[in-house]
Amino acid sequence: MSSVGAEVESATPAEAPAGTLRHQAVAFVIMVAVLVVLPFFVYPIFLMKALCFALFACAFNLLIGYVGLLSFGHAAFLGAAGYVTAHAAKVWGWPPELAIVAGTATAAALGLAVGAVAIRSRGIYFANITLALAQMIYFFFLQAKFTGGEDGIQSVPRGTLFGFLDLRPTVTLYFVVLAIFLAGFLLVHRTIHSPFGQVIKAIRENEARAISLGYRPEHYKLIAFVLSATLSGLAGGTKAIVFQLASLTDVHWTMSGEVVLMTLLGGLGTVFGPVVGAFLLITIEHYLAQLGAWVTIVQGVIFVICVLAFRRGVVGELARLIRRPL
Amino acid sequence: MRGNLIVFQFLGIPPQALFGQLLIGLINGSFYALLSLGLSVIFGLLNIINFAHGAQYMMGAFVAYFLLQYAGLGYWWALLLTPVLMAGLGMALERTTLKRLYHLDHLYGLLLTFGFALIIQGVFRHAFGSSGLPYPIPPELAGGRNLGFMFLPNYRAWVIVFSVGVCLATWYVIEWTKLGSYLRAATENPALVRAFGINVPRMITLTYGFGVGLAALAGVLAAPIYQVNPLMGADLIIVVFAVVVIGGMGSIMGSIVTGFALGVVEGLTKVFYPEASNTVIFVIMAIVLLVRPTGLFGRAS
Repeated sequence: MSSVGAEVESATPAEAPAGTLRHQAVAFVIMVAVLVVLPFFVYPIFLMKALCFALFACAFNLLIGYVGLLSFGHAAFLGAAGYVTAHAAKVWGWPPELAIVAGTATAAALGLAVGAVAIRSRGIYFANITLALAQMIYFFFLQAKFTGGEDGIQSVPRGTLFGFLDLRPTVTLYFVVLAIFLAGFLLVHRTIHSPFGQVIKAIRENEARAISLGYRPEHYKLIAFVLSATLSGLAGGTKAIVFQLASLTDVHWTMSGEVVLMTLLGGLGTVFGPVVGAFLLITIEHYLAQLGAWVTIVQGVIFVICVLAFRRGVVGELARLIRRPL
Repeated sequence: MRGNLIVFQFLGIPPQALFGQLLIGLINGSFYALLSLGLSVIFGLLNIINFAHGAQYMMGAFVAYFLLQYAGLGYWWALLLTPVLMAGLGMALERTTLKRLYHLDHLYGLLLTFGFALIIQGVFRHAFGSSGLPYPIPPELAGGRNLGFMFLPNYRAWVIVFSVGVCLATWYVIEWTKLGSYLRAATENPALVRAFGINVPRMITLTYGFGVGLAALAGVLAAPIYQVNPLMGADLIIVVFAVVVIGGMGSIMGSIVTGFALGVVEGLTKVFYPEASNTVIFVIMAIVLLVRPTGLFGRAS
C-alpha cells in the first residue's frame, strides 16, 4: 500500500535530475513576477484572500505531501490565529505585526497540544482524531465570550506596520501580504530540502527503517506538525488583518475540507501545487458565491474527480509533462 | 428512590431534569451506536472511513419523508423500505467508484466519501433550504406514559429499544454466524478467504450496502424526533467519528457500547456542567487516546 505522498512522488522521476532546483527557481521567479504584476489588473482584496489560502495550503501540504499525514483539523489553527490576532489588534490595540505574531504563536501552541495527542496514530486514525480535536476547538470559540459568537470579531483595525507603514492603502497591504506569503512559502521549501526534510520523507517512505537508523519518527512528525500549524496560524492572522474580521467560518471543519481540496487540486506533495490549487478554488468560489449551496456541490464534484481521475493535481500533471518535479 | 431524590435536590438539580437529560442521552446514544456500528462494519472490511455516513443518515430521513409525501407510505413502510433503497444506492456507489480506490492509500477513500458528503448535502440544501421539514410520529407510538419520576414518550422508548435490538442482531450475525465468520476472516486476510472460493468483492459490496442501510435506518428513526433537515448529519458525524475512535476502530461491540455510554455521559454533562456538553466527547477521546491509543475495545493495528 503506497502512502499518499509516495504515490504522487512516483509521478515524477525517481531520481531528480541535476536541474531540479533550477527548474523550481525559474518557476519561483515566474510566480513572484506574476504576483507582483497581478494587483494592477485584478482586485487586490481577492488576491490577498487567495494568498492567505495559498500559504495555508502550503502549510497543510507540508504535512500531507511530505510526512504523509492527512490532518482534517487544520481550520482550527487558521481560525484560532485569526481570533487571537483580531482580538489583540482590536481590543488590546496591538500593532499588526505583534497581533499576527500573537495569533501565530497561539496556533503553534495549539499545534503542539493537538499534535501531542494525535501524532501517535496514522492514516485514517490521524485524520479522524485531528478532525475531532478541531471540532472541540470550534466549540470553544463558539462559546467563548471574546469571539462574539455568530458575529465574529468585526472591524479589526489594520493599523501601522512597525510603526511607520500604514496598512490602510490596499496596495501597501497587498505587498505586505505578498511578503508574508513568500516568507512562508520559502520556509516550507527550505524545510523540505533540509536534512530535516530528508528525514521526514524517509519516515514517510519506511518508518520501520527510519527507526532502525536511529531516528525517532514521533519527534520529527511532531515538529513538522507544529511547523504546519504555525504557518497555518500565520495565514489565519494575516487573513484577519486583511479582512478586518475573524469568524466561525475559519474554524469550522468545512474549512479543513477546503484546504484539503486546494492541495489535492493543485497537487499533493508538489511545491507549487497548493498555491495553484488555492488560487483556482478561490476563483471558482468567487464566481459561485451568489449561488449558495452550489459552492458545496461544486467542491464535492471537484473532490470526486480529483480522487478518481486526477490524483496528481494540476501541478503534478504539469510536472509529469515536463518530467521535472515542481 | 427517596434517598436519591434528596441527594439530587441537595445538588440543586430536580430529578425530572436529570432523568429527562438521561433519556435524551440514551436517544442520542442510540444514534451514536447505530451510526458508529455502520462505520465500524464498513471500516472493518473496506478499511475506509465512510465520510458520507452523516449524509446517508440524512438521506434516510429524507427518503422516509418522500415515501410519506409522494407514495403515501407511512412510518412502518419507511422503516422497512428506506434501508433497502439506501443500501442499493450504497452498493451502486461502491461498485462504480470506491472499488477503484482499493489499491491506493485508504485516505483516498476518505477523501472520495467526503466529496460525496459535500455533493449530497449541497444538493439537498439547494432543494430544501436549511430549515427542517416535519415528520409525524406514527399514531401507534404517539403519547407516552408517566413513570412516576418522569414522563416517557412512547416513541422515544421505541427508538431506544429498537436500536438496541438492531445493534445486538448485527453483533450476533457478525460474531456468531457463518456469514459473520466469513466477514471476519475477510477482514483479517482477504486474499486467503478468496482462495477458499468466497467472493470477497461481492462481500465488500454487500458490507458497504449494509453500513449505508444502517445509517439510513438511523435517519428514519430520527425523522420524527428531530426535523428532517439537509444538515442533520453534518455535525453529528464528527461526534460519531470521535465515538468510533474511543470505542476502537472496527470493533463491533466497542462501537455499540461506547455509542450508548457516550450519549448518556453527554446527557449527564448537560445536567451538571452544560457549558461542556458539546465538547465532553472530544475531551474523553483525547484522554482515551493518551492512555490507550487503539481505543477502549480496539486491538493494536
